Amino acid sequence: MPPVPCYLTENKLIPRLSPEEEFPDLSQHNNHMAKVLTQDMYTKLRDRATPNGFTIDGVIQTGIDNPGHPFIMTVGCVAGDEETYEVFKELLDPIIEDRHGGYKPTDKHKTDLNADNLKGGDDLDPNYVISSRVRTGRSIRGFCLPPHCSRGERRGVEKMSVEALDSLSGDLKGKYYALKNMTDAEQQQLIDDHFLFDKPVSPLLLASGMARDWPDGRGIWHNDTKTFLVWVNEEDHLRVISMQKGGNMKEVFNRFCTGLTKIETLFKDKGTSFMWNEHLGYVLTCPSNLGTGLRAGVHVKIPNMSKHAKFEEVLKRLRLQKRGTGGVDTAAVGGTFDISNADRLGFSEVELVQMVVDGVKLLVEMEKKLEKGQSIDDLMPAQK
Amino acid sequence: VTWVSSYVQSRQSRGSHSIHPSLPLRNCGNKAMANNFARILSGKRNVGIMSLIGAGSLTATFLLNREHVTAGAQVRRVYPASADYPDLRKHNNCMASHLTPAIYAKLVDKATPNGYTLDQAIQTGVDNPGHPFIKTVGMVAGDEESYEVFADLLDPVIKERHNGYDPQTMTHPTDLDSSKLKSGKFDERYVLSSRVRTGRSIRGLSLPPACTRAERREVEKVVVDALAGLKGDLAGTYYSLTHMTDQEQQQLIDDHFLFDKPVSPLLTCSGMARDWPDARGIWHNNTKTFLIWINEEDHTRVISMEKGGNMKRVFDRFCTGLKEVERLIQEKGWEFMWNERLGYILTCPSNLGTGLRAGVHVNLPKLSKDPRFTKILDNLRLQKRGTGGVDTAAVGSTFDISNLDRLGQSEVQLVQTVVDGVNYLIECEKKLEKGQDIKIPPPVRK
Repeated sequence: MPPVPCYLTENKLIPRLSPEEEFPDLSQHNNHMAKVLTQDMYTKLRDRATPNGFTIDGVIQTGIDNPGHPFIMTVGCVAGDEETYEVFKELLDPIIEDRHGGYKPTDKHKTDLNADNLKGGDDLDPNYVISSRVRTGRSIRGFCLPPHCSRGERRGVEKMSVEALDSLSGDLKGKYYALKNMTDAEQQQLIDDHFLFDKPVSPLLLASGMARDWPDGRGIWHNDTKTFLVWVNEEDHLRVISMQKGGNMKEVFNRFCTGLTKIETLFKDKGTSFMWNEHLGYVLTCPSNLGTGLRAGVHVKIPNMSKHAKFEEVLKRLRLQKRGTGGVDTAAVGGTFDISNADRLGFSEVELVQMVVDGVKLLVEMEKKLEKGQSIDDLMPAQK
Repeated sequence: VTWVSSYVQSRQSRGSHSIHPSLPLRNCGNKAMANNFARILSGKRNVGIMSLIGAGSLTATFLLNREHVTAGAQVRRVYPASADYPDLRKHNNCMASHLTPAIYAKLVDKATPNGYTLDQAIQTGVDNPGHPFIKTVGMVAGDEESYEVFADLLDPVIKERHNGYDPQTMTHPTDLDSSKLKSGKFDERYVLSSRVRTGRSIRGLSLPPACTRAERREVEKVVVDALAGLKGDLAGTYYSLTHMTDQEQQQLIDDHFLFDKPVSPLLTCSGMARDWPDARGIWHNNTKTFLIWINEEDHTRVISMEKGGNMKRVFDRFCTGLKEVERLIQEKGWEFMWNERLGYILTCPSNLGTGLRAGVHVNLPKLSKDPRFTKILDNLRLQKRGTGGVDTAAVGSTFDISNLDRLGQSEVQLVQTVVDGVNYLIECEKKLEKGQDIKIPPPVRK
């Protein structure tokens, strides 16, 4: 039998007390995991572990510890490694289906990182669109994911990633700042640039174990022009971000695709690759980020539109979501919203960015109309 | 996934667990869940003796004899220990002081019979580098066997934390005979309240950092069943955190009995807050002088308290209550984790031995401003805290004064230390009131 790596011994591999006695109390819970997990399913899945020793209790701990919010439906589970999505598919497939608009276990996901396929996107009105950004995540095949990785693995991810990033050139040439070695001056600069990420404080993340050993193995890489940024070992192995002020989403997306493709080639040269498969696309820690893992968004000034009774309906039809300008779980400041795609899986990168580009263009048009006291009824979009 | 079943098979066929004969019972899901030792011991006549020697003399011989305590699961690893060794350069806690790369390499492949590993034990210390002035312990135990399997690290940590107590050579005295306490009534013009607390763990069930939901619920069941058998002034009611009404919750808050989900990263990083509030609760007697927390930082925390300065009565009730609870769990075949080497086994190594903190809220307006206050406390082997407990500040001039030590001295000795020490502090306060001078006392013999 081949040696089995077992870093954090998810120590209840041996059936001890009965699965009925172990089943969590989910009566107060409102998340995807709680909706789907039954006693029978738990009993069945409890006897399994991934080759890295990740068990069902590891998958669902965050969902047990965070019952959720009556109005916001969180996912309530995480993956500890690539195999989690296979070994615990009875639980994860229905969650994925519910979270990703009916995506079936037999569906195939299209990956398209050819930025030439994007139409327009270079002319969003900069009087309204303050900044544009595209982010995604990538996981390095062969390493456990943040909830389950050992310190050695996390450092391995960091080392490989930094080696790859250090060989980028041209306008992608940049520098890595390890969180634990940063000087105060570097830290302040990264904060001022809005690049620095903190140790997670959200219990949604902490309860899954992804903040262990902070800040070991964590860091930020960015190019000299500060338009291409990579987070190492935060919620995922890598979070890749392309951003700039203004409304030229096309340029942002070009850089995004070029950078990602180059990094992927560099990893392949080293004999590894990103976690990806035909069904789930890019594999990340949280099931909500499967597929493209892509969030393309703008900070846009829409004070009138955002107060309009039909605002939510418009967003829904455009397949967009709003957030405050501090990111997820923040409030909007002064009518400026973060507007981005709601979907991740089942649409390609190009399709999602197209939705954002087209949708934001429409929102700005509506804003201009409302400014003039005109109606927006004739601009109402159809459901995408 | 075939490797799991072969892993399970190989463990069962190994069968050489001389560590803990309770294991086979655990595997077959026996509802009574009692370990073999408890069955043997409770068959004996002299059950009463066990509460003094800690019910563990037979088990102690198994646990003390280190050769018998083999690690359970072998943790198989792909990375060498050096790749996983934590970066402790900015750390200031007992674990970081003693975890050398060599010790890490030796222990990192081992796990307790429950599968608890070194990485889990030290996670809280890795995640919480500490404070330059306060040295935290930096590690926890996931089960009773952790103290054996990881002794190479825990023994020096224990030695540092407990003033040189050497678990390899010394034995810990347990003494819950409260009749031995002298002069336990304080001047109530100064002492506002008196309190004694300790913890107890149920042998055979994993500790809060490692326990499963079912184990935690079993702890709750075992303890609540036992508490239901308390009578007289100890009779009381259990309030489960999950099922409490808003009114009950408010009442418990007003009584200062309610405990919250831990927010301190020292605790949350060890995993003891998982599944909150499942199987957590508070029990107290009708007169609100005897209180038990279930499944907070330990399986149980037992608290005896009253307003005023009658520490003797508080300690009497403490000892009576503890012994009665012990008797009641033994009737059902359970016992507390205890051994001669370490006394009562609790989650945090800082609470080994007696796990006892006896303290008062005392008003010392003049003494607390005297520059010699800290030195006086040191020599009396006392510590001060704010009236909100650990990590809080004093309000006005009212302090929480309690014993520093936990291990190496008995319960009676430690409470006597508090009684003598607080009496001395009150004498100092009275002297300062009269404009007289005070003396720093000689260090109390440890």
